[in-house]
Formats: sequence, structure tokens, C-alpha cells
Amino acid sequence: MNMRLYFLQRASAAILALLVLIHLAVIIYAVQGGLSAEEILGRTRGNLGWGLFYGLFVVTVAIHGSIGLRGILAEWTRLGRRTVNGAAWATAALLLVWGLRAVLAVVGEGAA
Amino acid sequence: MTRELDVKIKRGGDDGGYENFRVPQRENQTVLDVVTWIQREADPTLTYRFACRVGVCGSCAMTVNGRPRWTCRTHVSKVAGDGRLVIEPLENMPVIKDLATDMTGFFEKWQAARGRFEAAISRDDPLVPILPDSPERRAADAAIECINCAVCYSACDVVSWDQDYLGPAALNRAWAALNDVRDGDRAGLLRAVSGDAGCGNCHSHQSCAEHCPVEINPTRSIAGLKRASLVALLKGER
Amino acid sequence: MIRPSRNHPGFWAFLLHRLSGLALVLFLPAHFLVLGSAINASAFDAAIAWTDRPLVKFGEWGIVVLLALHMTGGIRLLALEFLPWSEGQKARIAIGIGAALLFGAALALGLV
Repeated sequence: MNMRLYFLQRASAAILALLVLIHLAVIIYAVQGGLSAEEILGRTRGNLGWGLFYGLFVVTVAIHGSIGLRGILAEWTRLGRRTVNGAAWATAALLLVWGLRAVLAVVGEGAA
Repeated sequence: MTRELDVKIKRGGDDGGYENFRVPQRENQTVLDVVTWIQREADPTLTYRFACRVGVCGSCAMTVNGRPRWTCRTHVSKVAGDGRLVIEPLENMPVIKDLATDMTGFFEKWQAARGRFEAAISRDDPLVPILPDSPERRAADAAIECINCAVCYSACDVVSWDQDYLGPAALNRAWAALNDVRDGDRAGLLRAVSGDAGCGNCHSHQSCAEHCPVEINPTRSIAGLKRASLVALLKGER
Repeated sequence: MIRPSRNHPGFWAFLLHRLSGLALVLFLPAHFLVLGSAINASAFDAAIAWTDRPLVKFGEWGIVVLLALHMTGGIRLLALEFLPWSEGQKARIAIGIGAALLFGAALALGLV
């Protein structure tokens, strides 16, 4: 792994450490008394703060997860370098698109 | 003492098999003594490598009961309490024959990691003073006693998964060189250790530090290279 | 079969970090798809209702524990690489796993 990838991996890790800590705290708070769509969306809909939080979460996890998967494929499979890089890019794109779509869904005002 | 050791030795090349030997157990006996006894008394065709027998030259490392060890300083009583020894060549290097591996690739990586000193001044210049307790000297000290035995290289999972990876020994040497204030090519060194096969690949399993016979910690050295390479990248020095 | 040369805490911690990361990156697309359905609150409610069964609950608990393990492991690695070296690396591995499991126990209490 060259230094550019190394930097992206560790920088995203450092940001994710903080985001995941908050995410875990929210999870343990939210599950008290059971999960409901109403409760979750009541918290997130129209809230710019949560929108930015989850948006940053998706961007960093797309970077971090795809580089991590690239390492696993490179070290644990016989796939060639180009295939491995292609798979990493595809993973990043998928996580980014589906992730941002999910953020829009929970933060946007949406159809009730 | 009439007790015997049950010794299983890997013979041949990479596709070779195992051969069993009964070796008299002695009170004070190293694994290298066992291998030497077999070659002298049982089978003179057994191939292995050694030189100094006192833990200085780094030639005699082998895989002993699944772990890479310097055999001349490894006492049988410490590693084979039940009297059984399985002795194999080191991992991650091609086998020449029996217990001798081809270490060419290992040493080429020392060169690739810029493991040699690049002088900034000539012999006509005055000596550069280096304080014994300066941070650089201390960092170099921690990395400098390597005997090139390739135990860490054999133990390294990343090397086993990526044959191009420079490996713990070469990168540890580069870290010592980076902390040598007399070295004149810091940028070249950081370029050499931070490419696709460089320090960024290390996952810090710490198998190298776990098995190093002279208690060097290559993981720590490589972490230092990661920091230095990252700073150079962010400053746009490379 | 584990090679004896690998049988030490640093290797086991690596394996846990890699496998938890792999599980998370495989789980995320499903997570994002479910959240993406929140554009329509009743579909989101149906998705959440579907998760309200013991086996799925247990799976969700497991993935959150893996997230906690991956986070503590990641913080340990960032500290290893970017802070002055500590000889207490094995203790840090134990502390990280212990903290994540403690969180897992607390989450389990909230879920039942």
C-alpha cells in the first residue's frame, strides 16, 4: 500500500473512530424501549446536524471500507492487481451512492 | 544419559518430505548441535547453514517446532520438553536443499529499502558529533543490533501474502539509517520505504518482534517510518 | 490449523480486526438499503418490524459488537502508529476487546 492510500486509510480511521463512538452511543440510547421508524425519523428528519454527521460517516466509510477490502483481496485471494483495484473502486462507489441515498431518506422531509 | 530425541527433519526442496532421526539427548544441547550430530553421525548429505555458533552471524536460523529460531542459541530442553523436534527451513524464502534457504531476495530487499549508508560528507571533513542520548541516536540504537538472520522475515505474515513486501528486517535497517544524522539522502530513503511494497503494508501483527532473537522491535521501527513517510507526503516532499 | 509462530495476541487481534472489518463492509450495503427505504415511512416501519425477531436481533447485536471491536482495535492501531511506542501492546489489546465486550453486554441489556 503506497503512502497516499495509507494516508486515506488512517485519516478516515481517525474520523471514523469519533463517528462510530457517537453512533454506538446513539444505538444504545435508541434501543431502550424498542426501535420504531417514528422515533428514528423524528430525530433525523429535517435535522441538518444529523444530515452532516451521517453524510460524513458515509463518505469516510466508503473510503475506509473500500481500501480495507482492497487489502483483503490483495493478500488473501489470487486476484490480479487491476481486478482488486476495480473491486475497491466499485465498493467505494456502491457504499457512497447507497449510503448517501440512505442519508437523504432519513434526513429529507420525505413522504409521510 | 541414554535418552533419545525424536527428530523429524524436512529434506529436499520445496516439494520434499520429512525424515525421522533418533538423536542422543545431552544435558547441554542446542538445536544446532542436534542438526550437526545428524549430519556427522547419521546422514552426511544433510544440508544446513551455520558459521559462528554463538549468536552473532545470523546464519543458522531454522523453523523449530513451527517457530523461527536461531538454532545455535536455542536449547533443546527449552523448546522440546517432550523430546520431540520438528526442524524445517525458514519460511518465505525458496529452499535450496533441506534446511538451507536461498536468502538472495531477503538481502536484495535490504538494498531496495535503501539499507546502506549514503555519506553526505567526505573523509576530509571533520567528524560529525553525535550525542549518545540524542533522540535520533537512541532510535537508531534500538534498531541497530540486527544480525540479519531472517527470523522476522520468516515470521512475517505480510511477506507470506505479498512476496514484494520489503519486510521487517530491511525496514528496520532503513529506520536506523533514517536516524543516522550523517546520512545524506533522507528523501531517497523515504521514497524507497514508502512505495507499493513499503512500510504502509505493515499490519502490526508484531510477529517479527515476538520472534526476534536479539529483541529488536521492527514493528516499532516501521511505525516510525510510517510517520516519517506520512509527514513527507503531507509536506509534499515526495 | 494455526502456525505456532502466529499464536500470539498481536496476530489474533489482527485477525479479529480484519474479519470484523470484512463483516462490516458486507453488512453496510444491506444497512443502507433498509435506511434508504425510509423515504417512505411505512415501508421503513415494515423493515424495522421485520427485524423484530430473535435471530435477526441477535445478528444485529453481533454486528454492533463487531463494530465496537473494530473501533477499539482501530484506536489501538492508530495509537501504536502515531503515539510514542508503549511496551504495553498486549494489555492494550485486552483492554480494547474488554471494552467492546462490555459495551456488547450493556447493549444486550437494552435489547431484551
